[in-house]
Amino acid sequence: MIEAIVEAIRLAVTRIPDDVVLALRKAYAEEENETARFNLGNIIKAIDLGFADRVPVCQDTGTVTFFVEAGVGSPFLGEVRGWLIEATRRATEEIPLRPNAVDVLTGRNSGDNTGEGIPIIHWEPVPGDRIRIAVLPKGGGSENCSALAMLTPAEGWKGLTRFVVEHVKACGGKPCPPVILGIGVGGSADYALLLAKKALLRKVGERNPNGRIAKIEEELLTAVNSTGIGPMGMGGKTTALDVKIEVAHRHPASFPVGLVVQCWANRRAFIEIKPDGRVDVWQ
Amino acid sequence: MAVRLRTPLSEEDVLKLKAGDIVHLSGIIYTARDSAHRKILELAERGELPFDLNGAVIYHCGPVVRKTSNGYEILSAGPTTSARMNRYLDEILSLGVRGIIGKGGMDVGPFKDRAVYFSFTGGAGSLAAKSVKRVVDVLWLEELGIPEAVWVLEVEDFPVLVAIDSRGNSLYR
Repeated sequence: MIEAIVEAIRLAVTRIPDDVVLALRKAYAEEENETARFNLGNIIKAIDLGFADRVPVCQDTGTVTFFVEAGVGSPFLGEVRGWLIEATRRATEEIPLRPNAVDVLTGRNSGDNTGEGIPIIHWEPVPGDRIRIAVLPKGGGSENCSALAMLTPAEGWKGLTRFVVEHVKACGGKPCPPVILGIGVGGSADYALLLAKKALLRKVGERNPNGRIAKIEEELLTAVNSTGIGPMGMGGKTTALDVKIEVAHRHPASFPVGLVVQCWANRRAFIEIKPDGRVDVWQ
Repeated sequence: MAVRLRTPLSEEDVLKLKAGDIVHLSGIIYTARDSAHRKILELAERGELPFDLNGAVIYHCGPVVRKTSNGYEILSAGPTTSARMNRYLDEILSLGVRGIIGKGGMDVGPFKDRAVYFSFTGGAGSLAAKSVKRVVDVLWLEELGIPEAVWVLEVEDFPVLVAIDSRGNSLYR
């Protein structure tokens, strides 16, 4: 089981998902700006090399983050947490990952990507006997551009657009554009940010099933790309590959907007543990 | 324009570079991030810096490293966000550093008439590692950990873009 989780982490950091690669190739084909083409060309070469050599595409293999949909009838519920921590340790050694877990007081690196509260594990109990785990290793440069806006209900969706576009402009090249934006609307401050991060698990091009929200995703994508920030912040047509919005009902007084910026290396992988112990890993 | 340069860089090398030029860089470069910058400046102030930064190129990078039987191998080595190092920039350039490699851009002012900012594509770590010929040395590994240690790397034809030149031109928007 631990090997399967290590394999999922390896898949996530060495192989960029097909939908993301397709979007990057399209951006390269459409780009006229020479600097943007230099950067997009390097990105495509790096993706090919990472997969061929089974080495991390980006040296910042991130904070290992798991989203667990835990079927309450699974016989493995009690063991999953231990497996995820042990798999993170082994992945650090075997793949290898860059050790990215640092003690907040002493600054000491734990050396194996584990520590207090790390790897990050989000739990959601669900009906059924299967456990489904999403692996989302996320780099620090893009995570530093995360933001929360507690808008007034009067500002609403218009305020959201202004906030997102202004924030992407202010971040410029820092989060490694072309980016993918995860946006969570509603719930509460903490929940809006969690929704925003979960939104990144959706494929590029996959719209929110609610048509009105899907339309806002498309409008925001156009608005962000019209800023001209471009690949690596040096100008060009593609600033974002996609925008994903997830929503929850909100308090009448609140309009929370969580924004999580993901770099072009939108790494992800999935694991499903069946009740008989069989495991599937995919991307 | 594409040019080939070898480190250490001379003042003349650097002053003629223009934003938008592509440079194939060869020779020794030093990785340094947040903690390494603090440490370098502390030691330089006491005159105890164990390497000479005259004409040097500093790379904002925390690589993925594998230990081998005869040293270390760099597997992935793209740039980190340089803006975090803005607060050290003026002092670092005062040590004679002629080039910084990173991503995302930096304050333009401190580069004027003495140094340039090179950018390499963020996230393209597996590609950058192909330009690293060998690990010459590593400093403060135990104290700072793999990402923050100073890795002394020999690179060959590392293709970087001049993103901020010494005349104050910048490609960043």
